[in-house]
Amino acid sequence: MGEKMLMKGNEAIGEAAIRAGCRYYFGYPITPQSELTAYMAKKLLKMKDAAFVQAESEIAAINMVYGAASTGVRVMTSSSSPGISLKQEGISYITCSEIPCVVVNMQRGGPGLGDIQPAQSDYFQAVKGGGHGDYHLIVLAPSSVQELVDLTMDAFDLADKYTNPAMILGDGLLGQMMEAVEFKERPKVELPDKSGWNLTGCKGREHRYVVSFDLDPNILEKWNLNINEKYKKLKEKEVRYEAVNLENADLVIVAYGTVARIAKTTIQMAKKEGINIGLIRPITLFPFPEKIIASTAVKTKKFLTVEMSLGQMVEDVKLAVNGKAEVNFYGRAGGIIPSPEEILKEAKKYL
Amino acid sequence: MLEEVIIAGFGGQGLMLMGRLLAYAGMLEGEKVAWMPSYGPEMRGGTANCTVIISSEEIASPVVHYPKSVIAMNGPSLDKFEETVQKDGLIVVNSSLVEREVNRNDVAVVRVPANDIANKLGNLKVANMVVLGAYVKKSGVVKLETIFKVLEKTLTGPKQKLIDINKEALKQGAELVIE
Repeated sequence: MGEKMLMKGNEAIGEAAIRAGCRYYFGYPITPQSELTAYMAKKLLKMKDAAFVQAESEIAAINMVYGAASTGVRVMTSSSSPGISLKQEGISYITCSEIPCVVVNMQRGGPGLGDIQPAQSDYFQAVKGGGHGDYHLIVLAPSSVQELVDLTMDAFDLADKYTNPAMILGDGLLGQMMEAVEFKERPKVELPDKSGWNLTGCKGREHRYVVSFDLDPNILEKWNLNINEKYKKLKEKEVRYEAVNLENADLVIVAYGTVARIAKTTIQMAKKEGINIGLIRPITLFPFPEKIIASTAVKTKKFLTVEMSLGQMVEDVKLAVNGKAEVNFYGRAGGIIPSPEEILKEAKKYL
Repeated sequence: MLEEVIIAGFGGQGLMLMGRLLAYAGMLEGEKVAWMPSYGPEMRGGTANCTVIISSEEIASPVVHYPKSVIAMNGPSLDKFEETVQKDGLIVVNSSLVEREVNRNDVAVVRVPANDIANKLGNLKVANMVVLGAYVKKSGVVKLETIFKVLEKTLTGPKQKLIDINKEALKQGAELVIE
């Protein structure tokens, strides 16, 4: 058992990454995640067999990640919304090349340059692909500083296991806040051997390719199908969620990250008024926890999806509910955080 | 136990540090804690605030609109947060900078001439510790000794020599609160 430490979310991600064996970080600072870049600089520059580069741009940074990832090392980059948009081309290439890396997005208000306050308006970008082509990231949505730690470590394992980039989808609030964290001893996980594909110098063996290109559509289709098989497996094996108070709930809120925590206060407030509200908090946004939502829709006829966006995850909730229940939506945009009071007021409209 | 306090004032008054010490002390006493800064293009002289939550239960919303306590280090902060404090809550005011009275009569009020005391101690920068001392004593949310312990853990190296004056400022703030 480790000692409890009071850490800022952004720094906690950095420490977790290093403890997970990440020795390579390439990035470009942007509020509200710059503490993470700074933390990696402070730590990695002092370590042996490690590299930190503050690149000249986000595009350069993600391509440095591509290069490092193709050698099989654990590598990470991070940014906030506008910077993540710049990285999309590289992320698409990395996914097609089927190599692991971790990308952190501490979302801020958008679109465009937006502002620097917390938001969840990059859900579509994170969950539906983001760049061009048929692909997904493994998307993890922490809602506390402790979960930033645990899920960052999990992200490296999942990326290795599925040879696919994993994304931590947080927001500015999680990055800026401090909470007590513990770096627990983790059980050892069996991970696939990288020695069959990683680029280590071809002296004495056949040379290898790590590419995202094939002119033959028959080969490229097969390639796509192979990648898609991994997504099927992810949906079968890696779905995670937290369910709160679902028994006899008059209404179920679906929310992730920061908003899910705020909704927990809403649930407590509602209880005092004799109203029973439940919560489904997706921890993996891809793969999305469809089954629990579908089975809840049979019992509870009313859903309220709450997001710091004008309605993105709600589309996946509707797909999961599949017409079996009423799906309502409440969202704030542009960096505004909804209060527990306003969520309760909104919930009451449907009760 | 559940305490939610907003600490507000000018940037540069050491508000974030007050909050961090408080959160750290809460953690050492075995409670769940969260510290959240208002962040933005703030700078020295602008307004800033942070929220600290100390709770024996899991902390749900880290965003607090109606806190139990407010520490107002300057006039604009009192104007902004006075109405948000919960009934029977607490307002601690830095009376060196806030001339007006607190209008609410359904909350406890502690007035601390923090800048004056800090100046007498020889360092205006410890005004924040004077106020923190008064707040800790009045609210009882953590022990003053735990804050001392946190100071000893965090002020290391060349900053070690600042421990004594900070402790003294905390003590003098606490002494202003009549039991």
